[in-house]
Amino acid sequence: MILSLSKDSVSIQREQDVVLFRNRLKEVAVKIKMGLLNQTRLITASSEIVRNMLRYADGGIGLIEVVSRGRDNGIRITFTDQGPGIADISLAMRDGYSTGKSLGLGLPGSKRLVDEFDIKSKMGEGTIVMLLKWTR
Amino acid sequence: MSATSQKVLQKKKKNILEYWMSHQLSDDGLREDLISNEDLRIQSEELIDVLVDNLSETNSIDLHAESWDPVIEILGGISITRARQGFSPRETGNFVFALREAILQVLSEEIKSQPEVLFEESRKIGRIMDHLSVITFETFIKGREEVILRQTDEIAEISTPVIRVWDGILALPIIGTLDSSRTQVVMESLLQEIVETGSGIAILDISGVPAVDSLVAQHLIKTVSATRLMGAECIISGIRPEIAQTVVHLGIDLSNIITKASLASALAYAFKSLKLEVKKANVLTKI
Repeated sequence: MILSLSKDSVSIQREQDVVLFRNRLKEVAVKIKMGLLNQTRLITASSEIVRNMLRYADGGIGLIEVVSRGRDNGIRITFTDQGPGIADISLAMRDGYSTGKSLGLGLPGSKRLVDEFDIKSKMGEGTIVMLLKWTR
Repeated sequence: MSATSQKVLQKKKKNILEYWMSHQLSDDGLREDLISNEDLRIQSEELIDVLVDNLSETNSIDLHAESWDPVIEILGGISITRARQGFSPRETGNFVFALREAILQVLSEEIKSQPEVLFEESRKIGRIMDHLSVITFETFIKGREEVILRQTDEIAEISTPVIRVWDGILALPIIGTLDSSRTQVVMESLLQEIVETGSGIAILDISGVPAVDSLVAQHLIKTVSATRLMGAECIISGIRPEIAQTVVHLGIDLSNIITKASLASALAYAFKSLKLEVKKANVLTKI
């Protein structure tokens, strides 16, 4: 049973918002005493998703939640966009696959950096990505 | 604005100015530190002149008429200067709002015998002044934005210095986030400096980069390949432990690039590959 303790929604529209979002996330992570390594992992993972959102969906919304399960605290981030959607998620999750000219490590890499990862996409409607990282 | 009240305003220009000045001078937000009373009077007089001269029956209905252009130009000039001088938006707003008060005061003194006319004229003045306040704020914000843009440019400029640490060795400390425009600046200044100094080794120090995601890594790889094409070797230093782990998890391959944990070890490596030796001087043996 995961409880949500606080919610903070950040709108992401421009490239400058990447830094803004990361700083906001960092504040939250420091507040719940997340270790430096996990902080960096979560920030890097969400930075990948934010960049994807800006590049392929013209921005969207990132919802930062502090969640708790039993004795564990963590941060859950839900990214929602109204972009074109992803045609083949399993292909997009493969290392080195990119429709743009990037390294193709964004989605699979960020999955490796967090504890829980979920992606849902509908063509023409948008994509929802959920990242969760526990403090311990 | 009817012809009669226009004449009234024209005739009573001096009174409007006096009322306006007394409003402004009695206001708590008077900024004598930013603008002297004489300058304020000159500014105010200029605005009243152009406003009263350009009032006409038609343009009080059509607020976007061309005859407003001179007024907007002067008002815009005033609010932009104020933005640069450091006035707050409230102070700039009150400047225009006090003018409305002054005009209404004069009008009500002159046509108080005809309350209906007075009401109609006040409404028109109100609309005009609202329009002018919106313009004031727009230009005020534009002025502030210019200040911000200039600062952004300055930051981009000063944050990418190329340092000659030794003959043939360049160092480039990167502080902040590495986005595409920043990478462009970094790459340009680095490559330019390599040509100018004929350096064989460049050290990119990323201690000041808060997070390395795949895009930042891609930018780094591009910079390294470009330096290699110029015939120089590129070392990336300042990789913190948490960054190293994150990069591995992300699956970014940096194995083709020489990376070091600190600028000192990168420098030591550079010395070694240039066959230079740094030794502690033994003072005693020479004497």
